[in-house]
Amino acid sequence: MTIYLPIAEIAVNAWLLLGLGGLVGVLSGMFGVGGGFLMTPLLFFIGIPPAVAVATEANQIVASSFSGVLAHLRRRTVDLRMGTVLLIGGLAGAALGVRIFNVLKAQGQVDLLVQLCYVVFLGVIGALMFAESLRALTRSRRGAPPPRRRRRGVVEALPFKMRFRTSGLYISVIPPLAVGVAVGVLAAIMGVGGGFIMVPAMIYLLGMPTKVVVGTSLFQIIFVTAFTTMLHAVTNQTVDVMLAVLLLVGGVIGAQVGTRLGTRLRAEQLRILLALLVLLVCGKLAYDLLATPSELYSIGGPGH
Amino acid sequence: MRRLAAALILLAAPALGQSVVADLDQSDVSINSTFSGSEILVFGAIRGGAEDLSVIVTVAGPSEPVTVRRKERVGPIWVNAAAAEIDEAPSFYAVATSGPLAEILSSTADLRHAITVPQAIRAVGTRDPATFTAALIRLRTESGAYATREGSVALKEGTLFRTDIPLPPDLTEGDYSVRFFLTRGRAVVARYETVLAVRKVGLERFLYVTATERPVLYGLMSLAIAIAAGWAASAAFGLIRR
Repeated sequence: MTIYLPIAEIAVNAWLLLGLGGLVGVLSGMFGVGGGFLMTPLLFFIGIPPAVAVATEANQIVASSFSGVLAHLRRRTVDLRMGTVLLIGGLAGAALGVRIFNVLKAQGQVDLLVQLCYVVFLGVIGALMFAESLRALTRSRRGAPPPRRRRRGVVEALPFKMRFRTSGLYISVIPPLAVGVAVGVLAAIMGVGGGFIMVPAMIYLLGMPTKVVVGTSLFQIIFVTAFTTMLHAVTNQTVDVMLAVLLLVGGVIGAQVGTRLGTRLRAEQLRILLALLVLLVCGKLAYDLLATPSELYSIGGPGH
Repeated sequence: MRRLAAALILLAAPALGQSVVADLDQSDVSINSTFSGSEILVFGAIRGGAEDLSVIVTVAGPSEPVTVRRKERVGPIWVNAAAAEIDEAPSFYAVATSGPLAEILSSTADLRHAITVPQAIRAVGTRDPATFTAALIRLRTESGAYATREGSVALKEGTLFRTDIPLPPDLTEGDYSVRFFLTRGRAVVARYETVLAVRKVGLERFLYVTATERPVLYGLMSLAIAIAAGWAASAAFGLIRR
């Protein structure tokens, strides 16, 4: 069954979109990532214009994160205070990111920079997470107690300390704010929710317990992506609600399944799976940059 | 069909050289949610018909400027290094003829009436226009947006002709100009033009108009739909579990 998308102006198989939404939704619920880093390239791949894919994806992430965040709120695995601090940074970052995006677009190099961003961030984070979770996994197999997370001296020494009771932390608000800004910038440039960078940052930089990380990141993502959706809808008119609805119908169901799958798996296993996934996407994107393209020419519209 | 009848009546009138009258089986194409491409039947009659006439039909979508980029190897990676702005390129362009183009149309006539695909593209201020225009035509031909179908116009006794023009699913909205050329001895002797309106209808139209004319409302609506669906699915899932 094909369906014509009014903004993207192409006809796509509806079942394909539902399937893609569902698949990415499962991952979204399991890992607390919005899934945008997977969905956005997948949408390019099926022929959705990049500008529409990026904007619509932001809208779809709102929905898939919403059902996820409700599930986490019910289980009280959201640190609302930390989420709010991250959100303040995230909104500022998203506004800045859209500015940067428009400057790059004017220079015609936005695709390359988006791809390079993906390869660099996914590569570094994936490798770090993979190594760390592998170590944790072998350690827990041997039955030794998990070591206390080491705190960075710099993070400890910063002022404006705040107590985050749900996370059991007493740290400065500067690192979470900075994480929020960085995630907001990347979210706007790369067309993703930013969970894939926020989750590791929360675990390794802020030292938050893994069980509240997923819910808290979803909480921040939902508001930042809503903000990004509005920016895209108003400035570029590239949000295709028909496409978004199809993706999210699959996505919301997938997210519920994923959230439950996530609670069954152990934290280390969850992390090692996410690390492998991140490395896989990174490898594919790197290959696309390095391999000789079969078609050297490409068509860009006047606006995008 | 009434218009076809009118065309036939015209044929009876005393011939003052050749002229062409033509029509489409539909005056507009409606794009709805389940639009997956279409086909328009183009038919017409030649007044003062003769055996040595040929017919060329062109269908052109709305033109817009496009940027064509070429990748080059910079260090280990492939990047968009060169770019060319094509001033005007139709979003869709189909040429159907009753015979091989080279035999029925001279390059001067082609240049003057802008009939073939390369002539439909305007690249005046472009550096190295030939390679980039060629690339644009190749890419759009592969995607089905541009097509040249020689010999696809059926011509009956030098007077009646018909052809089917397939329209791809990814059609852009706008007024499509349909032109008919009558050629003899590789020169254009008569032409006729009509318009095919391609329009989004129903939900497609509502969404498109809202998105472009009331973007704030559209953005809020998109978010509301997304959140409602997210919440509803979550609630439904919760009920099923209980």
